[in-house]
Amino acid sequence: MSSVQIRDVRKSFGNFEVLHGVTIPIEDGQFVVLVGPSGCGKSTLLRMLAGLENITSGTISIGDRVVNNVQPKERDIAMVFQNYALYPHMTVADNMGFSLKLRNASADEINKRVKRAAEILALSPLLDRYPRQLSGGQRQRVAMGRAIVRDPQVFLFDEPLSNLDAKLRVAMRTEIKELHQRLKTTTVYVTHDQIEAMTMADKIVVMHDGIVEQMGTPLELYDKPDNQFVAGFIGSPAMNFLKGHVRVNGVATFEGPNGVKLPLKTAPTASDGRPAVYGVRPEHFTIADDGAEAEIIVVEPTGSETQVFAKLGGEQVVAVFRERHQFNPGDKVRLKPDPSLVHLFDDATGKRMNA
Amino acid sequence: MADVAIPRAKPQMSEDNAWTRLKHNRNWLGFWFMVPAMAFLIFFLAYPLGLGIWLSFTDTRIGRVGHFIATENYEWLWDDSIFWLSVFNTLLYTFIASAFKFAIGLYLALLLNEHMPFKAMLRAMVLIPFIVPTVLSALAFWWIFDSQFSIISWSLRHLGLISQNINFLGDTTWARICVIFANVWRGVPFVAITLLAGLQTVSPSLYEAATLDGATRWQNFRYITYPLLTPIIAVVMTFSVLFTFTDFQLIWAMTRGGPVNATHLMATLSYQRAIIAGQLGEGAAISSAMIPFLLAAIMVSWFGLQRRKWQQGESND
Repeated sequence: MSSVQIRDVRKSFGNFEVLHGVTIPIEDGQFVVLVGPSGCGKSTLLRMLAGLENITSGTISIGDRVVNNVQPKERDIAMVFQNYALYPHMTVADNMGFSLKLRNASADEINKRVKRAAEILALSPLLDRYPRQLSGGQRQRVAMGRAIVRDPQVFLFDEPLSNLDAKLRVAMRTEIKELHQRLKTTTVYVTHDQIEAMTMADKIVVMHDGIVEQMGTPLELYDKPDNQFVAGFIGSPAMNFLKGHVRVNGVATFEGPNGVKLPLKTAPTASDGRPAVYGVRPEHFTIADDGAEAEIIVVEPTGSETQVFAKLGGEQVVAVFRERHQFNPGDKVRLKPDPSLVHLFDDATGKRMNA
Repeated sequence: MADVAIPRAKPQMSEDNAWTRLKHNRNWLGFWFMVPAMAFLIFFLAYPLGLGIWLSFTDTRIGRVGHFIATENYEWLWDDSIFWLSVFNTLLYTFIASAFKFAIGLYLALLLNEHMPFKAMLRAMVLIPFIVPTVLSALAFWWIFDSQFSIISWSLRHLGLISQNINFLGDTTWARICVIFANVWRGVPFVAITLLAGLQTVSPSLYEAATLDGATRWQNFRYITYPLLTPIIAVVMTFSVLFTFTDFQLIWAMTRGGPVNATHLMATLSYQRAIIAGQLGEGAAISSAMIPFLLAAIMVSWFGLQRRKWQQGESND
């Protein structure tokens, strides 16, 4: 196990720069998730860490060693691929033992380590099967087994769950997290799914267009997104954004679309009349007499909660209630955002304005 | 909704004319779809093959209907040293040419699978020997190996390496080398392009995974590429062996089996005896004698081609 330092790393393909100076410190034993929409450079960064892509500039170090010019096999990392990349002509045991075989480990040693990894992942009864004879979840576990057997300094996961169905994905999520708690190996995990990021990470790195938008613990990102991109990316359903102006005359309020008045706890200094974006998470709406009037469009109950789509000041917003309200499309309700939980972003830069 | 079920019972009740049967009975329709293919196979494959085998049991000559003489042709051939020489030549020719075609074809396929400049153009160029008509390329080789005007002899002479022309097609050993060389030249593109197609089905992430597992380039080939390519190697080499074994054009255009029958293959000898000398029965017997060898080659590939264990099981990807 060891720490990983990514310092001002850039990557260009020809004249096209895809990573514009990325710095990410990763502590020993941490589970770090790189998350972002496709094309944000997260997979490229992971492949650079693995040594499958060259580093255009900047440094990557694993432990105390700068690995820019170290061959992949000498970096002591193991990677789980999106399509698992299992060797189709080898049994599960051979797949898992392949790296040890290449290292000229003794048959006993290989056998012992494969068996131990198989036990950890409940693969023992499948050791003689070929990848074709396995289900998606089993293949996924073999891919992880192949990584575990090597006992590397760092695990790299490249969207490992995106080929699984929804139910299995949730189960494997827990399994991977449990595995990390047990092995405590430094892990870098790439995904485009913010729920995976939120549920698994010690630290989330949100990337967008080749830069790091924000890093922090899942709840830091949820509670205090640095900018509108992170605010919209983290959380499901996504945060509602309403454009308008800050008004400070006695009480701070936000004047939204079509003059709708929304509450603010405090206004940022010297912000009267400034154009801004008001952000409120669906779960931070309540029904209150002093709320803003909204017309209900669609009601989607999921059992544990109900998602309500409504028009607020002419804009569509979504609210989530745990209580069971009797709503019908066309009803008028008064929605009130919790002023202590709303977010305010600069209209031009998208940066967070309130503390 | 209720009347959807009604038409189901109809086909059985319908009057039994051919047209309605064609419309409703899938097997009957399927049979008619197969008729053209069957007719083609029977008239152009099964019938000539059967006729050839029948001819080999007769003393038919050109211009004279033959009589059934049982295995007399074969008994003659058994004691014919030229026939046995042609068998030896055919086996030698097939074995050496196929081995070279495999080695060079695999090498070229691996090379063309790499990233390199002008890749598309190089791939197209590799196919050239394959698209030139065999007789034309044989004629070209005939000149290249000519005893007087050979460009090879000329070049070597001007380099001062030899003092007189090499008698390429006049010397038994050289003649064999030359025809094998020409056959390899012609056969390599087929092997190379087919193996290249096979190589491109191997997912690049397997190589990446193996590289991270610590495999060198050679180990990548040894443990990933080669095992994954074996099914395609089996197919392509079966075809290559069959084509080489039955080769006729190249030999006939270059050497006509000479010198002193050193390059006579079973196919060329059969042609010489049957068409040139007019002994159709004997020629047919030589041709038919190729069948056991070809069957053996097919059996080898049949067992080689059987799905390997790792290919079995349902594919759910």
